[in-house]
Amino acid sequence: MRTLTYREALREGLDEELARDENVVLMGEEVAQYNGAYKVTEGLWAKWGDKRIVDTPISEAGFIGMGIGASMLGVRPVMELMFWSFHSVAFDQLVNNAACVRYMSGGLCNCPIVVRGPANGGTNVGATHSHIPEGLFAAFPGLKVCAPATPADAKGLIKAAIRDNDPVYFMENTLLYGNVGEVPDPADGDFVIPLGKADIKREGADISLIAHGRSVIHALAAAETLQAEHGISAEVLDLRSIRPLDVDAILATVAKTHRVVLVDESKPFGGVSAMVSHLIQEHAFDELDAPIKRVCTIDAPAIYSPHIENEQLPNPKRIVEKVLSMV
Amino acid sequence: MSDLNFAASPINQSLTPERKIELYTQMVRIRRFEQVALANYQKPGRMGGFLHLYIGQESVAVGTLSLAGEHDHNITAYRCHAHALASGMSMNECMAEMFGKQTGCSKGKGGSMHFFAPDKNFWGGHGIVAGQTPLGLGLAYGLKYLGREGCCLCYLGDGAVNQGAFHESLNLAALFDIPVVYVIENNGYSMGTSQKRSSAYTGCLAQRAEGYAIEWDVIDGSDIYEVRAKTHIAMERARKEHKPTVLEIDTYRYYGHSVADANFKKYRTPEEIENYKKNHDPIHVFRSKLVAEGVLNDELIESINQHAKEEVEASVQFAEESPAPTIADIATDVYWETDNQTEASKIGHHFFA
Repeated sequence: MRTLTYREALREGLDEELARDENVVLMGEEVAQYNGAYKVTEGLWAKWGDKRIVDTPISEAGFIGMGIGASMLGVRPVMELMFWSFHSVAFDQLVNNAACVRYMSGGLCNCPIVVRGPANGGTNVGATHSHIPEGLFAAFPGLKVCAPATPADAKGLIKAAIRDNDPVYFMENTLLYGNVGEVPDPADGDFVIPLGKADIKREGADISLIAHGRSVIHALAAAETLQAEHGISAEVLDLRSIRPLDVDAILATVAKTHRVVLVDESKPFGGVSAMVSHLIQEHAFDELDAPIKRVCTIDAPAIYSPHIENEQLPNPKRIVEKVLSMV
Repeated sequence: MSDLNFAASPINQSLTPERKIELYTQMVRIRRFEQVALANYQKPGRMGGFLHLYIGQESVAVGTLSLAGEHDHNITAYRCHAHALASGMSMNECMAEMFGKQTGCSKGKGGSMHFFAPDKNFWGGHGIVAGQTPLGLGLAYGLKYLGREGCCLCYLGDGAVNQGAFHESLNLAALFDIPVVYVIENNGYSMGTSQKRSSAYTGCLAQRAEGYAIEWDVIDGSDIYEVRAKTHIAMERARKEHKPTVLEIDTYRYYGHSVADANFKKYRTPEEIENYKKNHDPIHVFRSKLVAEGVLNDELIESINQHAKEEVEASVQFAEESPAPTIADIATDVYWETDNQTEASKIGHHFFA
């Protein structure tokens, strides 16, 4: 099968949706003439022009609110946040307007927007640019959240997100943009991955590592080490979509291995893994042979220092150590 | 008050006597609706939350929305009852919404601040000060994108002009040539803080538009003819040239910021309120003009008043007799996909216990 980078796969997904639906509009800071701060949208302005690919000023509350308003009328804006960390300056629009307008109107309005961009730590840019808000936004009913780990998932999920008639907040990762993976050829058919469907990225028998986003990549690396050096067979379940959440897949892997480590780039308090942990204890308590453990980002604002930032984040070494502490 | 004769402007000359009576009737209906809403709010157990009354400002919503055509949309903040009724919503659905009933326009999920009627081009009803200003921009962006010749009237209060979202919206409106008309309904007070104590300005608030190279104007809201004459120019500029405008309409609210505003007689003098009621009340001013024009007479005035009273009393009865939402209703209207039971909605859990 052919391979693409995560960035190219996303771009291909965006390009296909621009072609499919004339109401899809990409907007954001530097997405057009500059070709994207992280080059996800490279070439799309040249291909689609000013109407479809729109450079906005640095004005997140303004342009995201504008996209929400336009979506209520039938436009399908896909808005790039250069960093998801900048959500804070558009929070009222993202939460009060996008998440609540359908509800407050008794179902009369709908808001088919996608807000996408990188949401990750690990690039030595300090606390303000390293927020990981998937758990935060998944906590608001009315919103959908996903966080793909591989190029194929990035393409398949962005297409599903654009077609979805609810607001979808799509969390990418600057450290994954260059990763290469197999992505089905468009000639073989429309490749869409539905929201709400987790994926077993590695089969295993002894313990389940449940993760999303870049933590999946770390979990896969840790699983290799656990197998090679300790004879432990770890299963890696990639959530892919945070809300809707594939609860059945979570419970199935727990029932298979009876031990769980949740790997989550969020902070420990609240967050995605806290919710997953709750679901497991509520629905699969009797399946557990050990307490649920987590590897999260160490509980402090993101540290700048390139010498140490990777130790604050989940990484294969921390995952291996956590697993070894349980068996 | 201006000496200019706005009644003579072409957009007002085109009004038939019947249409003038209709505009007057709408203002009366809105006032009666809110007076009765207040009376019911004060009875225990009928309504919850806030009640932001528009009484004194009726010419603004009625005058501006009387100019709206098929592709003109509107959106406002939480003081939304007048815009809803002037957009063509029924008293029944609005009163029932305040009573928190299933038959309310938002099924009892929005309340007084959150009326909506997209089928009538009315997009709410928004609770956060200035939070609706980027949405109005987006509706207008959508009109232009979809190739419809129309505009969005986006209303905000004088207290909203200091919010960042409004300034971001103005910049984008000018930068992208978006057909939005921002209407600052200046009633002089952002909750209990007067304009002078809340805003830095020279001349007036609308003048801030100059910083964004946007056209602006100030309107005496007590004269519905002036409201229509000047708003018409702004709406045509938006529809024909895709250019935004900021209008500031000077008006006044007799009651507090909301009914919860216990100090509304303390931060202003009784004389100030009395002066407005006596000399600037938009309903009284328009009534006098229409009587002088020979369009209205005492009999007609009384009949309009009576009909409005009956309509609003019927809406109270409708609201009282309507069923409340059920516990099962709490978790509908959250996601379009789950409401419509699409294939996508069947994959994964959307709701959590």
